[in-house]
Amino acid sequence: ITEVCGAKRVGYFGPAQFYIALKLIAAAQSGFPVRIESIKNELPLPRFMALKNDSEVRYGTPAELHGVKFQVPHATLEKNSYKRTDEGEKQEPKSPPMSPICSPPASPSTYQRIPLSYGYGKSRSGLEQQHGAPYEIRHSTHQQDGPSSGNYGAKPALACSTLNRSLSAEREQPDSSAHYSDDPWRITEEQRDYYINQFRSLQPDLNSFISGSVAKNFFTKSKLPIPELSHIWELSDVDCDGALTLPEFCAAFHLVVARKNGYQLPETLPETLLPEYLQAASLKPMRDCSLFDSYSESLPGGQPSRDFSRTEVRRAEEVPDNSALLQDGKKEDKQALKVSTALKTIPKEFQHLTVKTAAQESNALKPRPRSRSYSSTSIEDAMKKGEEPPTPPPRPQKSHSRASSLDLNKIFQQNTQAVRSGWLPPPPPALPPRPSVSQTEQVSEVELHPQMNRPPSQAEENSSAKKEVVLAQPPSKPARRKLRTETQGLETPELSPTINVTSSLPAVKPHLPVQKQSSKQKRAIQTAIRKNKEANAVLARLNSE
Amino acid sequence: VSIICSSPQNYPLYIRSVPTENELKFHYTVHTSLDVVDEKISAMGKALVDQRELYLGLLYPTEDYKVYGYVTNSKVKFVMVVDSSNTALRDNEIRSMFRKLHNSYTDIMCNPFYNPGDRIHSRAFDNMVNSMMMQVC
Repeated sequence: ITEVCGAKRVGYFGPAQFYIALKLIAAAQSGFPVRIESIKNELPLPRFMALKNDSEVRYGTPAELHGVKFQVPHATLEKNSYKRTDEGEKQEPKSPPMSPICSPPASPSTYQRIPLSYGYGKSRSGLEQQHGAPYEIRHSTHQQDGPSSGNYGAKPALACSTLNRSLSAEREQPDSSAHYSDDPWRITEEQRDYYINQFRSLQPDLNSFISGSVAKNFFTKSKLPIPELSHIWELSDVDCDGALTLPEFCAAFHLVVARKNGYQLPETLPETLLPEYLQAASLKPMRDCSLFDSYSESLPGGQPSRDFSRTEVRRAEEVPDNSALLQDGKKEDKQALKVSTALKTIPKEFQHLTVKTAAQESNALKPRPRSRSYSSTSIEDAMKKGEEPPTPPPRPQKSHSRASSLDLNKIFQQNTQAVRSGWLPPPPPALPPRPSVSQTEQVSEVELHPQMNRPPSQAEENSSAKKEVVLAQPPSKPARRKLRTETQGLETPELSPTINVTSSLPAVKPHLPVQKQSSKQKRAIQTAIRKNKEANAVLARLNSE
Repeated sequence: VSIICSSPQNYPLYIRSVPTENELKFHYTVHTSLDVVDEKISAMGKALVDQRELYLGLLYPTEDYKVYGYVTNSKVKFVMVVDSSNTALRDNEIRSMFRKLHNSYTDIMCNPFYNPGDRIHSRAFDNMVNSMMMQVC
């Protein structure tokens, strides 16, 4: 087995060799011949009663473990940016997180469980640091991800080149040699670049969507059966808006590639394919490394970062498709990963949210639990609060009934304010329906206005005077008021210029109404915007149906 | 309890019943209730579509069970048959169940690989319906 797995050749058991060795042990125990091809079979877990000592010895002294620990996060953070073989080779003598030379067979889940449970669980049980804990718990998870897969998930250049070749052949060859080393659901750098290029070919703006029909045509070219494509869409379109953003597209593409390479489609979207994860992963690894180093140094202060990442994970966990697969243990698993990504996902989320405001609003009906995580809640909530409540509708006078004196008071007080600030055009709105009447009214109002500049005691006098005017000319009053309300509406921009022109009041300073008109125009525009938003929401809903 | 989603042309897009015995009876009941749904829709024929409520309420009670209806703006009908003995189910809960159904249906429609009028095979929809029925039973 040692010879077959390659350990003899390279002189030590790196992770790749170790995995292959374990697989061969399982094969041998199941009665298969000890050859490289036999590891491709579906094998049960090998029985390891005797191997315990070996794994402990292999992971050696605490000092070595310590060194490994620090290397682990470092490599962890290079999640998808596996500077593979270069750094892999360098790191190989130092620590586990490096690139395996050979690619593992087509049973990744069982395959990875073995080294995780034995390699890390036993040897690191003594470690109290935050990095020890995740690996202990890791063996209870059945979805490989996070730091250890980050360690082992670096794809060799070999596999990548084969993968590239297979991809470049337009995904039509199920290339069985292009197996991702440990995690089929993790997108490598080359794959990501390829997907991004494909995205660009469909939609030049990387921050925008690919519509459903375009995506459908594209993915149909992969010759997968329609129900499977339908399922892939369901998995990858996380926000269910009928369009794919760049991370969603990468996830969908990745699932198609995986399917073509023979992997079964998962029931729910793997975590590494979540849009938030993919967006975070697209960030530069260097920054992540430096961030994480600072965290790893503050180990006693690791608690807050742990909580931080836990909530971040919870947020990611609660994306609806993932409820089944994510366990509590994953919180700790993720922290090495998410501690750095958490900080980055917040600004990314911000952008993400700005891009997808419409999607969020249309999903207002769904109980999207994203806001439960406190770490990212503030920004998301702020974004949501900024989007969802419409601008306060300027409806100052719609509730006024026609002949109420209180209303007159209010009107006059508003008029006084307007007079102080500028010339409020109660006269101008009155013009269109009854020019003659309103003109006389305006004259009377001009007389009244100087009086109105005094405190409310005058207002009553004015109101009584106004009442007389009301009684004298009842039809014009409502018209005037209605027109004043209409000034808040859409007609203001059209009415006011004409009104200003036709106004013959000597006291009216023409330029002052214009200033007032602009604020009224603003209000008018705001109501118009609000109405349009409401209409849009209704139409969007109809559209989605 | 049984849930049926039927197209505007009144053929079923999705049928699910729990428990599975007497399924035929449920199917028959739902089929007859489609008549009632159509009647309710056409009753407000003159009124604008906006004014029509999507939730149609109790269509008719029989001795054993109650039938609730819901119709979307695109005339896709959801009919739910529940046991009369299950008195814990209030109107609001039925409404929320229909809302969830409607949302899941909308999600299915967003999928470009779904052609309207096909049978619904979506796993997400199945999961949602299963969880709802577990709640009720």
